[in-house]
This record gives sequence, C-alpha cells and structure tokens, in this order.
Amino acid sequence: MNALDIRDLRKVYKNGFEALKGIDVSVAEGDFFALLGPNGAGKSTAIGIISSLVNKSSGRVEVFGHDLDRDPEGVKSCIGLVPQEFNFNMWEPIGEIVVNQAGFYGIPRKEAWQRAEESLRQLDLWDKRLQMSRTLSGGMKRRLMIARALVHRPKLLILDEPTAGVDIEIRRSMWEFMSELNRQGTTIILTTHYLEEAESLCRNIAIINQGRIVEHSRMDQLLHQLHTETFVLNLRDRITELPRLQGFELKRLDEQRVEVAVSSGQSINQLFEQLSSQGLGVTSLRNKQNRLEQLFMNMVESARNGAPQ
Amino acid sequence: MTRYSRYWTAFRTIFTKELLRFTRIWLQTILPPVITTVLYYIIFGNLIGSRIGEMDGFRYIDFIVPGLILMAVITNSYSNVVSSFFSSKFQRHVEELIISPVPNWVILGGYVAGGVARGVMVGIAVTAVSLFFTDIQVQSYGWTLTVFTLTAILFSLAGFINAVYANSFDDISIIPTFVLTPLTYLGGVFYSINMLPQIWQQISLANPILYMVNAFRYGLLGVSDIHMGVALGIVILFIIALTGFSLYLLNRGIGIKS
Repeated sequence: MNALDIRDLRKVYKNGFEALKGIDVSVAEGDFFALLGPNGAGKSTAIGIISSLVNKSSGRVEVFGHDLDRDPEGVKSCIGLVPQEFNFNMWEPIGEIVVNQAGFYGIPRKEAWQRAEESLRQLDLWDKRLQMSRTLSGGMKRRLMIARALVHRPKLLILDEPTAGVDIEIRRSMWEFMSELNRQGTTIILTTHYLEEAESLCRNIAIINQGRIVEHSRMDQLLHQLHTETFVLNLRDRITELPRLQGFELKRLDEQRVEVAVSSGQSINQLFEQLSSQGLGVTSLRNKQNRLEQLFMNMVESARNGAPQ
Repeated sequence: MTRYSRYWTAFRTIFTKELLRFTRIWLQTILPPVITTVLYYIIFGNLIGSRIGEMDGFRYIDFIVPGLILMAVITNSYSNVVSSFFSSKFQRHVEELIISPVPNWVILGGYVAGGVARGVMVGIAVTAVSLFFTDIQVQSYGWTLTVFTLTAILFSLAGFINAVYANSFDDISIIPTFVLTPLTYLGGVFYSINMLPQIWQQISLANPILYMVNAFRYGLLGVSDIHMGVALGIVILFIIALTGFSLYLLNRGIGIKS
C-alpha cells in the first residue's frame, strides 16, 4: 500500500485560475519524498488538498488506503502537517498548543501532556512550554509546528518549507531530526527551496510546474540525467591568460579562479592531468551550482519555453 | 478508543480552550458587562425609574431586570464566538481544527458551548449584582433557565455565522453595532410593547429578541407581552435554522477553505 496516491487531481480557483491540471503522484510507505517546484507551481495547493485545507475540483486522493472523499477522518488521522506559514495562536502557551492539537485527534489530556513532553523535548522546546508562542524566535516557531504535527504520531508527515528562514545550524539539526524520523518509519513529503536539502534527504522526487508534474522519479536516476556539471577551481598561482585544454573549456573568473564544465563522458582526472602538465596547481574545487538545482532550472526553463519534457 | 470517545475528547478540548481564553482576560470579558449593568440600575432604575412609577404592575427597576440580564447574555455569547472564531481564522490556527479528524458538528458544538459558558457566567454575575438593587422572586426556575440557555445558544450560533463571513475586524463589529444593539433595545428590555401604538406593536413582533426578553421576564416576574408557547417555539426554530446553516457553511468550507 502506498502512503499517498493522487490521481488526476485538478483545482480551479473561483477566479478561474487553474492551479492543478490533473496531477498523478505516488509516494511509497516509508519514503522520503521531495515535491519541488517554483513559486506558484501548485505545490501548496496540492498539499492543501491532501491535508483538507483546500477543496479539490476533481480527482482522487488516497492516504494509506483511505479515500479523501469517502473517509476524510481516516485520511486526516494519518497526516501531520507542518505548513509554510505560522498558523498557531500567538497568545497561547506553547505546551497548550501541542496538547490541544492532540486533543483534536481524540487523545485524552493526560496522555496528550505525556506526548507533548516527548515531542517538545525532541525539539528542545520543553523548557519553554509555559511561554507564549509569540515570544519564540523564528527557528523555534518552526520547531513548535513540527512538535505539534508529531504529537498524534502521524504515519505521513508533510513538511512545507520547514527550514525557511532558519540559520544553518538549526537547519542541519532539523535535517538530522527528519532523517531519524524517516528511519523510524514515518513517510515524509518535503517541499523546499533549498535544493541541496532535497538532494541530501530525499530518495524520490516529483517536480511540479505550472500545475503539471514535469518529473516523477528516483532522485539518483534524476541526477544521472544531468549531462554537465560546472566546477569552480581555485588555482595555486595567479594566471594572466587562460590555459588551453583539450576537451575542456575554461572561463576565467578572476586571477586565481576559473570555471570549467565537465560532461558526463569526461573524467575530472583528465582535467587535473592537463592542468598539472601546464604547471597549474589546484588548491580546491566546488560545484558552481547544486546538481539538483541545475536540473531543476533546466526543467523549469524548458517548460517556460514550451519544450517537451 | 471508540470514535465517539475521540469526538468527546475533541469537544472538551475546544470547550476548555474557549473557557481558558475568556477567563484569562476576565477584565475584558466578565467585568465590563457587570459595570454597565450597575450603571443601568443606578441611572434607569433608581434615578429615572423612581419617576416613571410602575410598569405591568412592577416597580420600573424590577421590570427591567430580566431584560438587562438577557441583554448581557446575548451580547456576551455572541461576541465570544464571533471574536474567537474570527481570530482563529485571522491567525490561521483554525487550520489546526480543519486538518484534524474532528467532525464539523463537534467544532460547532465546542465553539457554541464556549459562547454559552461566557453568556452564563456573565448572566450569573449580572444577576448577582441585580440582587443588590431589587428583591425579585423567581416565578419559574424552569422557564428562566430554559430561556437563559436557549438564548445563549442562539446568539452563539449567530456569532459563529458572523465570524465565518467576516474578512476583517470591521466585519465582526458591524452586526453587533447596527443590528444586535438596536434589536435588543427595541426588544422590550426597557418597556412593555403594550405602551406602543398598534402599528409599532405589530412591527415589534418581527423582532426575535422581543420573544426571548418576554419569555425570560415571564420566568422571573410571571408577566409577558407574548404567549409563552409562541416565544419558545420561535427561539427553538431559530436555533434549528442557525445550526443547519452553520453546519452547511462548515461542510462547504465557506470562509475557511479555498
């Protein structure tokens, strides 16, 4: 049984805007799945429909075998949602926010407090349980929404931009936390604008653009499609003119940095050998662009130019 | 855990949340109606009322007691639900409920119970204050409590519908200011409709608050301008209609879903 099955899902808003034009998405149980797309592509609409915040126009949604039309309570029981925008009561203490959420899922108050303690401790917020939520920092507010989403122990966790606006240290600790949750069996759907986040965490991916799914595959298969990677090389010595290399075209960025495109048929060793033979040492190198980011941009641009996917 | 025990827990959670919300800010929610009512008793009851004389066989201050208590119940049950539900829409934490497996009738029940709780609390406080100014003897506890509770339910439902349609804070003050207050003042709180010319008596019968004020006055004083069966029937009819409409709005997601 899949964690999520979406078939021919369409959404037309009252103003006539067609946000989803018949999308099909499947997410296997236990998967860590990335749902990516540019702003306005339809990601949030799709997530809104799955979590009952948006009414669909047509199509079918099933979560762990529960049909959204026939058994909405079954669907809702399986899902935990961490939305993009803060959506908790700013005038309520943190502990109560989490306990109340458990109560809405029918968990009695005593057990709700035990679970809230567990969730809040996992996210380093237990000490702040009596504090009003408005007093938290941005990163803590994001963690509060994760704690709240986990209190009923959902089988499917949907994270809509969970690390937006948080510093790199917190972001990395949240990545570890999400990976651990997934290892323990929770299926996770992640939308993010940090594509390195999706690349390092997710095993499968769907890319949505202009209301259509333009890619739905395994992450490694998708990355394999990338024919060229661009590297930035930091040179040991200053150069006044670009060296001529066979099969590689270099671009000078400044006196000590060059950019080079390496296609999938080429070896980076060949590049280093040629540079060494001309007496040029490389002190370090880095990808100019994240690999997934490069693919993502290619797809979005092709779609914009009307090229077939 | 059975389905209905889950629903009961969800209902209690919404109700407790509502209860905590308005008791935490009792200076804004419980105290002001008590002070307003004291002022009514001093000015209309004692100062002006002593010159008016009797109305329907009662001292004027005794005559206005039922209306003033019910006015506090109406205003507070309405404003509790309208402000709480609109604020949950405004801050988007209504989404906590929408994504949870709580049926819409439980959500409605929880908010209405919160409104009734505030209406009842304020009503009790205002009644307690009344005892310092009047010495009324309750004629029928059954009628008094029934009308008291049904009125609080009805106006909690009305507040809920207002909140569903409201898109701004202005929208939640328009109905109380331009509809609720005039209807309450013209609903026989301060006078008997028998004092009015025939045509205005007929027009007054279109005001639903008139039936509640008179039914409540009957419970407390034993007098009413309206037949009690008609009054009760109208209140129950309104409750059924507003409940049905509120559930329709929730089921369609009007005002809360896109």
